[in-house]
Order: sequence, then C-alpha cells, then structure tokens
Amino acid sequence: MSTRPDVVVTGIGATTPIGGTAPETWQAMLDGRIGVVANNEPWVEANDLPVRIYAPLAVDPLTVLTRVEARRLDRCQQVALVAAREAWADAGEPELDPERLGVVVGTGIGGALTLLGQDDVLETVGIRKVAVLTIPMLMPNGPAAAVGLWAKARGGVHAPVSACASGAEGIAWAYKMIQEGEIDIAIAGGAEACIHPLPIAGFAQMRAMSTRNHDPQGASRPFDVERDGFVLGEGAGIMVLEREDHARARGATIYGRLAGIGMSNDAFHITAPEPDGEGSARAIAKALKSADLTRADIGHVNAHATSTPVGDLAESNTILRAIGDHPVVTATKSMTGHMLGAAGAVEGIATLLAIRDGVVPGTRNLNKLDPEIKVDVAADNRKVELTAAVNDSFGFGGHNVALVFSKA
Amino acid sequence: MSPPKGNIVSNEDIIAGLGEIVEEVAGVAAADVTPEKSFTDDLDIDSLSMVEIAVQAEDKFGVKIPDDELANLKTVGDAVAYIEANQA
Repeated sequence: MSTRPDVVVTGIGATTPIGGTAPETWQAMLDGRIGVVANNEPWVEANDLPVRIYAPLAVDPLTVLTRVEARRLDRCQQVALVAAREAWADAGEPELDPERLGVVVGTGIGGALTLLGQDDVLETVGIRKVAVLTIPMLMPNGPAAAVGLWAKARGGVHAPVSACASGAEGIAWAYKMIQEGEIDIAIAGGAEACIHPLPIAGFAQMRAMSTRNHDPQGASRPFDVERDGFVLGEGAGIMVLEREDHARARGATIYGRLAGIGMSNDAFHITAPEPDGEGSARAIAKALKSADLTRADIGHVNAHATSTPVGDLAESNTILRAIGDHPVVTATKSMTGHMLGAAGAVEGIATLLAIRDGVVPGTRNLNKLDPEIKVDVAADNRKVELTAAVNDSFGFGGHNVALVFSKA
Repeated sequence: MSPPKGNIVSNEDIIAGLGEIVEEVAGVAAADVTPEKSFTDDLDIDSLSMVEIAVQAEDKFGVKIPDDELANLKTVGDAVAYIEANQA
C-alpha cells in the first residue's frame, strides 16, 4: 500500500442526450431511454450527409445559463460549465483555499462550432463581424478555462486532449494531482459539443458512423451482431474529486472511491484499435495495480464500446485479457450515443452509481450478441453486488484510459 | 430601433441605443447606462467587450470608431459625444 492519499468522489454533474443532470441521466440509463433521433437539420440535406441520426442534448444549455454567460462561451464550454456547477453544488460548495482547488476538463475537439462558424462569418461577411471572443471560444482548453474561471481554481487548470479518452483522462490527471499533494479538490471530467456538418462528414468518411437512418433508436447497438458504427452525441460529465480525509473532515457525502487509474498507448495505428487489446489491457492492469485490487475484485465494466464493428470486438478482447469473463459488461452509449471527449466522464459517473446502487444498466439494442464477443454483456438491467468496477475509454491516437471505482 | 444612416439622432436616442448594445453584450441593464458612468469602473466592461460594443455602435449609428479613438471613450458620455460629433 502506498502512503498516497485516497481520492473520493463527492459531487457529480452531467448534461447528456438523455438528461439535463447526472441523476436524470442515470435514471434514464436505468429506464433504458435512448437519446438518438433523426437529424432534421437543414444542413444534413444540403450537404447530402450519409448520416442522418444524432444524439443532441436533452436540455439546451442556453436554457440553463444566462444569456450573457452563454454568448461568451462556445457550446462545449457551456456544457462544461453547466455540469461543473451541478457537481460543485452537489459536493456542497466546499470552502477551500483557491490554490488547493484544481480543474481538469478534457475535450476531444474543442470549440469546433466557433471555429467553423466564425470561418463562415469571415468568408461571407468579413473581419468586422468576426467575434471578438473567437479565440478563447475555439481553443481546446476553453471548457477547462471557463470552469476554472468560474470556480476560481488557482491550483491549476488543465485540459487533456486525447480524442474520445479526454473525459476519462481529465479524471485521471485530477486523481494524480490530488495524490501528488498539489491540490485537495479537483473539478474534473470532459465536455464535447461539435454537432456540425464537418465533424459528421469527417467521421462518416472514415466509415466510423452508423447509417441506420431508418431506425434512430436502434442505431447505437454496441456488441450487437448488426452494429455498424457510432452515433454522434454531445454533453459533459464532471466529478468533484477530493482527498478522502478532506472530505471526511467536512462531513461530505461520499459517492465512492476513485480507487485507481491507468493510462497507456497502443502505438499501433492512428485510429484503429489493436485487435488483441494488448495496449488497452495494459491501462486496466496499471489501474488495478494503482488501486491495489485484483481482477477478481472487478465485478463490472462500463465499456467504451461505441458500436463500431472493430472497436467493440477489440474491447471484448481487452476485457478478457485484463480482467476475465466474470465482470458484467455494459455499454451505455447504446442510449447516449458517443459524446466523444465527454464520454469517459459521463460513463465514469455511471460506473460509480452502478456500484452505489448495485445495478448495471442494460446495453440497449443488444438483440443478438456478436458470437465473436466472449464477455458477459448485460442486455437488460442486472442487479449485482459490486465492490469495484472499471470504466475504460479509448481515443484516436491510441490513447487508453482505465478508471477503477470502488465502494467508499 | 436603428435610424437610417445619415439621420440626426438625438442625444437621448444615442444613450438609449448604447444602453441596448451594452445590455446585449455585457448584461448590464440598459437603464444603468447613463452618461456619467465609466465603462470599466462602473459597468465592469472589459476591453474585449468594448470592442464588441464599438462594432455594434458603428453599425447602429453609422460612425467609424478607430481603435485609438475607442481608447479615449472612458464614459458613456464620451461615447455619446463622439457619436454625435462623427455621425455622417
């Protein structure tokens, strides 16, 4: 056992395609509600996009933030701020020296809507109409900076960028900052909001997205034999992480423990996962080691499983290699779609609440498990007593992040 | 309401128009935008928001506000006087 401080979760916040808050999102997961709908934006037809489904936010941040706040923030910053405020309030708005408070909020793409939208303004109208705040709205550290400024976090504000692993990586680096003694509390997670024709066109050109346009609700179907790609979502997930003794001293409500983290890289291919799952299994092994837990302790995995043919299969190999065939596996992206840089953070919250409530939400649309996938995927909600669980996240660039949560 | 370019706008209309812009950009109530107020000290408007306000004021009142002139507009009254003096 190390002498490093234990890290607990004392607040959660989220805004997702299935709920405007973390509790609403969790309840929707248990209810099996699916946030994927037909995308009837005029730009779909205008650009002849092959993908005509998406998972937009259940609650527009413009209805939560004040008008003046919102107009100074890109949508990815807006969702980060909405989720951070919820998490901070949930944690009881702890009072502390601002130098002992940190923020780590990742994003995969950053302020794409501002970047692309202001380019349109420049090309069509000219520089006079380019927004004065274009740069702070498009920069990928924008969500972290917006949260840091709001929270007055002087202990450090950071923005890991590792594509779809960014949200989990935000939580992982915050854990390290607390363990290193740099800060006592971190506001950590990920945010993404890039529903726009260009990202959709780019992902579609990679053949990474589902084109099950006739059946939006059935389009995100991780581990199912008919899966054909991911569905683009948007959202944010934020946790308040805290040194355990600090949380106990102030009598905070503790959701559970962030018991360990592990990060690795495949160094295999810029986008494709390593088929045998070696690199991602190393991330899980490192996380178990840092948590001082064994494979047998892990009863549940909230999988990254985006519903792509190669990704889900590789991940099942990862889980078998790193943990075994005993954990109950779920893929909540069947309901939320793929929130890219927010996914790992939202799924980390789901993992934590699965342990707390002793229930794993079912993987929706799992009508027929791909016969090549040999892990135990829950098709329906499964009641199971859990002491510890893993959330894994992978990102283009070969990034692997595993988070281990356990009972407090 | 924005008058056609070239029309003479009264002092009150300029104050009211500026108030609308400041409220839109910075969330300060238009009624608080009165001639004696300093943009930075009283209305808490930062330099970036001042640029936004200037761009909108140029469109609304048909004036040019170069950056070196903008730097001299410390109060709402300064801005009103500048707009009055420079309208086409």
